[in-house]
Amino acid sequence: MSGFDKVVNSYEEAMAGLEDGMTVIAGGFGLCGIPENLIAQIKTMGTKELTFVSNNCGVDGFGLGVLLVDRQVRKMISSYVGENALFEKQLLAGELEVELTPQGTLAEKMRAGGAGIPAFYTATGYGTPVGDGKEVREFNGRNYIMEEAITGDFAIVKGWKADRYGNVVYRDTAQNFNPMAATAGKITVVEVEEIVEPGELDPAHIHTPGIYVNRVIKGSFEKRIEQRTVRQG
Amino acid sequence: MALSREQMAMRVARELQDGFYVNLGIGIPTLVANYVPDGIDVMLQSENGLLGMGPFPTEDQIDADMINAGKQTVTAATGASIFSSAESFAMIRGGHVDLTVLGAFEVDQQGNIASWMIPGKLIKGMGGAMDLVAGADNIIVTMTHASKHGESKLLEECSLPLTGAGCIKKVLTDLAYLEIEDGAFILRERAPGISVEEIVAKTAGKLIVPDHVPEMQF
Repeated sequence: MSGFDKVVNSYEEAMAGLEDGMTVIAGGFGLCGIPENLIAQIKTMGTKELTFVSNNCGVDGFGLGVLLVDRQVRKMISSYVGENALFEKQLLAGELEVELTPQGTLAEKMRAGGAGIPAFYTATGYGTPVGDGKEVREFNGRNYIMEEAITGDFAIVKGWKADRYGNVVYRDTAQNFNPMAATAGKITVVEVEEIVEPGELDPAHIHTPGIYVNRVIKGSFEKRIEQRTVRQG
Repeated sequence: MALSREQMAMRVARELQDGFYVNLGIGIPTLVANYVPDGIDVMLQSENGLLGMGPFPTEDQIDADMINAGKQTVTAATGASIFSSAESFAMIRGGHVDLTVLGAFEVDQQGNIASWMIPGKLIKGMGGAMDLVAGADNIIVTMTHASKHGESKLLEECSLPLTGAGCIKKVLTDLAYLEIEDGAFILRERAPGISVEEIVAKTAGKLIVPDHVPEMQF
């Protein structure tokens, strides 16, 4: 069954084939569930002119924010950005392009991309700047805009556990965009906290079946918290 | 007196019903969770992928993998479920959430809402707001009735780029509770001590004032 063994042993191998100008779909919401070591590897590689499809763009010094330092990002397709000063600076200087996309539409664009659906209609964004220039169609008396699917040259994903065959489970709300991202990459790379043998994960509890996954690597994670909020115990 | 943020949250909380799935936006809407009436159970939906949001964690419960849509650390309530962003917005877009509460810059008499973009200022993005207003049938907008400079936020036509078109039917401001029907605001309740005249003066859009406008009780 070695043909199904997706495990790679170095981050160089994990991101091999990434080239300037490619589109990368990244899982994560804020700093939660982001493939932090795969992002660090892209920084090490110095790949440029990249388009990232990711809900957010990290913060200064962490997450996708680290790729702004050497201007590796040409375009972001995101629902919410600007938690980092460098991002704002490059945006205002015209060095960075942003395509703001409603969060649910972004998730669905990835899902559709991975599922072989080229476009879909949604009421989200109709009558707003998001709908400008997009096809409008009426269904049952309501107007919808057509949104096109997204696929990437690479998808970078953060899982909790994976088996060698690339079956992945996510932990808590670190799931977020990761399952959709995993389906939408020509090459999907998943980094996880633990790799187990096939059969150890309950087949009925797999979030991402291994068919979507090309490479699996075990990493160690900082898991930075963006808004630390507590109550008195 | 105009309503305080807490009183606005208390007033919104009266719209909650037992068994409601509710999505609360950032700011005043978040405070609504503190005023859920006795004997009523609601489940809070957080659009990053959590249905059944619990309280903030104690110091030793903090978990970087458990956050809400405001990116704050949270816990899961008993009976919660966790899922992907696509699943989360399927719930929202599909109209399965019973009540959505969110803030805004402007609302107009056609039910249009502007809440995400002020031209000339840095635009950070709409996050999930456009999906929420497009998908929900029952939305309450909470905002101040007028700006600090006294300019009405209840308009004939929104001046800012929209978040959603024709989707708002209920607005709670610090001065009044209003509904939107057939191209007009209808004044349903007023804040304690606030006159109908003051509300009329601070409402730029078409306003219908019924014969009796009860004062909110707290």
